[in-house]
Amino acid sequence: MTRIFIPRDSAALACGADEVAEALAAQARARGLALEIVRNGSRGMFWLEPLVEVETPAGRIGYGPVAPEDVAGLIAAGFPAAPAHPLALGPVAEIAFLKRQTRFTFARCGLTDPLSLADYRAHGGYRGLARALSLGAAETVEEVVRSGLRGRGGAGFPTGVKWKTVREARGARKYVVCNADEGDSGTFADRMIMEGDPFALIEGMTIAAFATGAAKGYIYVRSEYPDAIAAMNAAIGLARGAGLLGPDVMAGGFAFDLEVRKGAGSYVCGEETAMLESLEGKRGMVRAKPPLPAHKGLFGQPSVINNLVSFASVPFILAEGAKAYADVGFGRSRGTMPIQLAGNIRHGGLYEIAFGVSLGELIDEVGGGTASGRPVRAVQAGGPLGAYFPRALFDTPYDYEAFAARDGLIGHGGLVVFDDTVDMARQARFAMEFCALESCGKCTPCRIGSVRGMEVMDRLIAGENRSANLALLRDLCNTMKWGSLCAMGGFTPYPVMSALTHFPEDFGPHSLPAAAE
Amino acid sequence: MTLIHETDFGTPPAGSAAMVRLTIDGASVSVPEATSILRAAMEAGVQIPKLCATDSLNAFGSCRVCLVEIEGRGGLPASCTTPVAPGIVVHTQTERLSAVRRGVMELYASDHPRDWFSDPKQGANELFQVAASVGLREVRYGSDGCTHGAAAKDESNPYFAFDPARCIVCSRYVRACEETQGTYALTIAGRGFDSRVSAGMEEGFLASECVSCGACVQACPTSALIEKSVIAQGMPEHSVVTTCAYCGVGCAFKAEMRGEQVVRMVPWKDGKANHGHSCIKGRFAWGYANHRDRILNPMVRAKITDPWREVSWAEAIAHTAAEFRRIQGKYGRGSVGGITSSRCTNEETFLVQKLVRAAFGNNNVDTCARVCHSPTGYGLKNTFGTSAGTQDFDSVDQADVMLVIGANPTDAHPVFASRMKRRLRAGAKLIVIDPRRIDLVRTPHVEAQYHLPIRPGTNVAVLDAIAHVIVTEGLVDEAFVRERCEGEAFRRWAEFVAEARNSPEAIGPVCGVDPGLIRAAARLYAAGPNSAIYYGLGVTEHSQGSTSVIALANLAMATGNIGREGVGVNPLRGQNNVQGSCDMGSFPHELSGYRHISDGATRALFEAAWKVPLDAEPGLRIPNMFDAAVDGSFMGLYIQGEDIVQSDPDTHHVTAGLAAMECVVVQDLFLNETAQFAHVFLPGSSFLEKDGTFTNAERRIQLVRRVMAPKNGYEDWEVTQMLAGALGYPMHYTHAREIMDEIARLTPTFAGVSFARLEELGSVQWPCNEQAPEGTPVMHMGGFVRGKGRFLITEYVPTDEKVGPRFPLLLTTGRILTQYNVGAQTRRTDNSLWHDEDLLEIHPQDAEDRGIREGDWVKLASRAGATSLRAKVTERVAPGVVYTTFHHPETQANVITTDYSDWATNCPEYKVTAVQVSPTNGPTEWQEHYSELGRATRRIAPASAAE
Ligand SMILES: Cc1cc2nc3c(=O)[nH]c(=O)nc-3n(C[C@H](O)[C@H](O)[C@H](O)COP(=O)(O)O)c2cc1C
Ligand code: SF4
Ligand code: SF4
Ligand code: SF4
Ligand code: FES
Repeated sequence: MTRIFIPRDSAALACGADEVAEALAAQARARGLALEIVRNGSRGMFWLEPLVEVETPAGRIGYGPVAPEDVAGLIAAGFPAAPAHPLALGPVAEIAFLKRQTRFTFARCGLTDPLSLADYRAHGGYRGLARALSLGAAETVEEVVRSGLRGRGGAGFPTGVKWKTVREARGARKYVVCNADEGDSGTFADRMIMEGDPFALIEGMTIAAFATGAAKGYIYVRSEYPDAIAAMNAAIGLARGAGLLGPDVMAGGFAFDLEVRKGAGSYVCGEETAMLESLEGKRGMVRAKPPLPAHKGLFGQPSVINNLVSFASVPFILAEGAKAYADVGFGRSRGTMPIQLAGNIRHGGLYEIAFGVSLGELIDEVGGGTASGRPVRAVQAGGPLGAYFPRALFDTPYDYEAFAARDGLIGHGGLVVFDDTVDMARQARFAMEFCALESCGKCTPCRIGSVRGMEVMDRLIAGENRSANLALLRDLCNTMKWGSLCAMGGFTPYPVMSALTHFPEDFGPHSLPAAAE
Repeated sequence: MTLIHETDFGTPPAGSAAMVRLTIDGASVSVPEATSILRAAMEAGVQIPKLCATDSLNAFGSCRVCLVEIEGRGGLPASCTTPVAPGIVVHTQTERLSAVRRGVMELYASDHPRDWFSDPKQGANELFQVAASVGLREVRYGSDGCTHGAAAKDESNPYFAFDPARCIVCSRYVRACEETQGTYALTIAGRGFDSRVSAGMEEGFLASECVSCGACVQACPTSALIEKSVIAQGMPEHSVVTTCAYCGVGCAFKAEMRGEQVVRMVPWKDGKANHGHSCIKGRFAWGYANHRDRILNPMVRAKITDPWREVSWAEAIAHTAAEFRRIQGKYGRGSVGGITSSRCTNEETFLVQKLVRAAFGNNNVDTCARVCHSPTGYGLKNTFGTSAGTQDFDSVDQADVMLVIGANPTDAHPVFASRMKRRLRAGAKLIVIDPRRIDLVRTPHVEAQYHLPIRPGTNVAVLDAIAHVIVTEGLVDEAFVRERCEGEAFRRWAEFVAEARNSPEAIGPVCGVDPGLIRAAARLYAAGPNSAIYYGLGVTEHSQGSTSVIALANLAMATGNIGREGVGVNPLRGQNNVQGSCDMGSFPHELSGYRHISDGATRALFEAAWKVPLDAEPGLRIPNMFDAAVDGSFMGLYIQGEDIVQSDPDTHHVTAGLAAMECVVVQDLFLNETAQFAHVFLPGSSFLEKDGTFTNAERRIQLVRRVMAPKNGYEDWEVTQMLAGALGYPMHYTHAREIMDEIARLTPTFAGVSFARLEELGSVQWPCNEQAPEGTPVMHMGGFVRGKGRFLITEYVPTDEKVGPRFPLLLTTGRILTQYNVGAQTRRTDNSLWHDEDLLEIHPQDAEDRGIREGDWVKLASRAGATSLRAKVTERVAPGVVYTTFHHPETQANVITTDYSDWATNCPEYKVTAVQVSPTNGPTEWQEHYSELGRATRRIAPASAAE
């Protein structure tokens, strides 16, 4: 019986993975082939999806991208052994895009059957929790501190420090909340884990609960992710059945259970306090801090809130030791980052690598430049609130501090590429428009400022009163940046100002105040 | 005179004992831990601009003008949401801050009407103030941008208007509705720029859950929400602090004036009973003082069928004195009497009883408090030693469990109800014992742990059953009882309640409540640790009213829930000065301070002061006065500020008594129902027109200040004084304060009270004397006033008022939020928009049995009489129980109520009447006859005919 892997990751499904699986099953039946089709997660090479893999003694051999109508041809060419077929990719692990990666967090993703606990365990699963239990809660927190892991949701705050605060906070109950709202355009790491390695998240959250003394966890999933929600729910059910969730987790003498909640469908609900409001059944309105969620979070109780990738990185850290994780990286950015390449890019997908790689290497070498074949003009890093980088800044190492020094954002690890047809003034207007659309409306700079920002940009694009409107735009950005309650309004100026700074020519042919000097 | 300016510190006080030292703009400042930087600065005299923060609400952090810089911290934190920390160095004015603040204000201004002169609040608009203070000089965004300028106004509420164009979405009003009032009527609808305030489900204020408390109007920093009176009259220019004349909460208000006109009443932040909150009545329903129905000239007539004749004050007073002397000459000294009012001031009440005792020469004085809270006096005096509630309102903040019985605070004591709700939202637990599912049982974010929907008239039974559980399950606070109470009395009581016939299992069927529920409620009350009892007329207005009060006192003693903060036995008084009128010696058997008239020493004190001998025999109570009138031995009555025809039970009995009298004198603002039977009408003055004091339900004495001259020419006490003079007993007060001085001299519990002291302290809770110069918030602290607490046996005796085949339903009565008592004032305001008639609440089952549908006219009949009103079919009332209010004279619910009354005090049994309900076509014959009578007896002769 040969094991065949066909992803059921939604990115693969969108390219017809189900149809491919059906066609293959039908062909196998018709020809009496002994094939076992496993629906795995994605390897994160989207230009190869659906990527069909065949298990062989020499490792997994890949074929892709396979369309349903390719199946008959593959079989005719001898599939599951058709090395001569044009879609044959050879050993998957040898594909450069994959081979260059350092897969800590995504080690299993695409490799295993996502809903097989046996598979999970066979690939090192639950070793992290076992070690945590043997270390004890306090030492587990220390281990996460030592790993240097920083939040992968946006702000890059040290995860261990956050856990420590919750651990030391007093409260009637404590909660662990996973932020899987994944609102950044062109990001998909959270979804890939939920669909491709859900137990990694469960294990990570369980370790967090054990370390901080929480008994209940919530996973707040973006509403556009129905497959991920289904996968998570299935995995939670399996974990419960195996005693890995419930009243006595892993017979370790502590209780923890998980619940999946569907997001409210707005970008700002990914902001942690708005997410808490939403989880409490209220409008997704941002709360002022302090109090920090670590002190008064969900239902007013101390709560760990982390991005999904932050949690999913923890099992490796505990299993292999903090040092193994901290040994790679750059400056104060330790470990690896699952970088998500999107937009106008040839090799789009997920690329997990130690911090320190340069932006240019990521775009030009790993990503292979634009999909359109035209020159790369700008890259928006870190989601819709991140700055646009021109080619001139492609030497920037992928590192929180280095990016920040150039007014940029690592954020959730998204990189969106644009070719030379992009109009950066329109992109700046779009940033304001996005803010106006997604603003929760609580604070003035963002609520009114984003609408005024659109209006000012419209006037600029129409060429009205350029220098006065540019001055107004700068003042407005200053007000929003310093005055906004949360990063929604506070970071919107970054894409706007970076467009203006690096691509002034798009803001009109005439001399700009800065250039005039 | 100027407008009182109250400092807004931006955020509530932190209430922590630990102090934190920090530096603000170079000055070293020390404040309690957890104080906001904004408040710390304000307290140090450093003004930081703010818009969304106000010190009655928790910080929110939305406007972003209060930003500051803190050395060593990045960003510009909002000072309202950032607490102080030891050693931090804060700068409130830097160039960076100015730029951002100005930027924010420019954004605000870009979405606000720019014709500032059209703004009703003018300079008081905080948006303008902040814009000016941050130096906003121009708005560069142009005027063609997207704004809310065209949004429709909501003018549905009669008292205030909402103009969304002037709304800055600071959420202050939304939060006020939630945090201060607890109604949750407002929400922010929409997101981002589309965010706007919406009342309920976008239905407008009038149709929403809004109860018109005004908290949102007060919280609004701009003119988005504003009193219609301000729009009409302009902003006030001076203000005077006074006390609400409606209910027993006793809210302090600033009467904000323009010249002699009241523009608006604004709750006063320093009011110790209300802390800046109000309800619709005190806040908005004061327009009656200027109503055209007010009578401003004295009138007399020979027979009640004659038209009234306007006369001079001199003639009216002389006529009255002559009549009273004539009657006393003919029928004896005891043939006249007086009724004091719980609506009038302490000074006025004191003077009326003095008039009766000293000038009439008898003790025939009684008060309408008889009809509500005399059982409180009796019950608490005999157990604890004082006729008054044990706590201040603030005490509720320390309560862990509240037992609310026979009270409906959200309607009758709204401001205190908001305090209760706030405490309940913070986690305190609630037990409600009431036949109706009152609002408190379930309101937003509040839910009673237990509601015991007892049959009307079974209070004592259920309280005995609760006591049974406490005693038999070992929940008694033995140490407290041993130390603080009479042992023998306790033992006897404990034995009594422990009897099986008092067990929940035995009592359950009697009061119609699941025994398990009674046990659970008893355990919760006993568990505390701080359990407080709040009760109202649903306890007192019963044939066993006094017994119920005693039963409550027993429970508090048995569980040690008395004598400290957070506990106690607290009557919620109906009218503004019920407590005061009782304190002032309004009862026939008591002089001020609850001292018996038969007590020689007390009498001697008063005789010396008043220079007349006093009768040692108690005089007639109100119901006895009517009996005596019908018998022909009681012929003259002076009624100040009270409408006994409408408010006293068994209207037929009252009217028969009045009709038999020869001289009935009514002193009131309006030709009320009782005036139909009067021979002399003396115009009264409203609370806005006099000086004096009211005493609220927590024994708090507060000043009532004259904000305008009496329209009728005299404050009410002056009229009493004139009458005394005409009767040959001259009095020489020149100001109400002199009456208070006399009260203080003659009443040990008031010894330390004077107007000067009240001016100084704001208010004071009696006892106030040498031992307690600042008053007494919580009573019975180290020991009971009577020494040891005394348990009394409370045997349940079912009322004689029983349902039977003819009258199978039980009627109970109450009041609603927007109307007050007999409605004389509130009916003369726009409050009638909410409650323009009395309705009969009936359970769907009972309605169906009788073929009654929502809104049908029904006849409500008891053995005492019948009336008609319309039906409201609702599950708020249990099957077998019907409920109505008594605000409208057309209904005359008290035609139905019987003459049964409390055994100890004659307090009438308003709360239980056996009735039948049947469909009908309209008003009863009696109602038609009565309204005909009303028309006939209210005629006033034209001025020419008077000559
Ligand atoms: C407007 C806005 C949207 C955000 N959306 C997300 C999101 O979709 N997922 C996420 O993990 N964090 C998001 N964040 C960041 C969270 O507020 C928070 O910092 C994060 O969940 C903390 O987890 P971490 O420390 O593991 O990164 C968002 C923040 C802002 C201001
Ligand atoms: S910045 Fe925008 S999203 Fe964030 S609190 Fe303010 S209005 Fe809401
Ligand atoms: S008047 Fe009172 S109840 Fe009505 S909306 Fe305003 S705060 Fe709420
Ligand atoms: S009626 Fe009572 S609660 Fe309302 S404002 Fe007056 S005193 Fe306060
Ligand atoms: S006053 Fe602090 S943010 Fe509004």
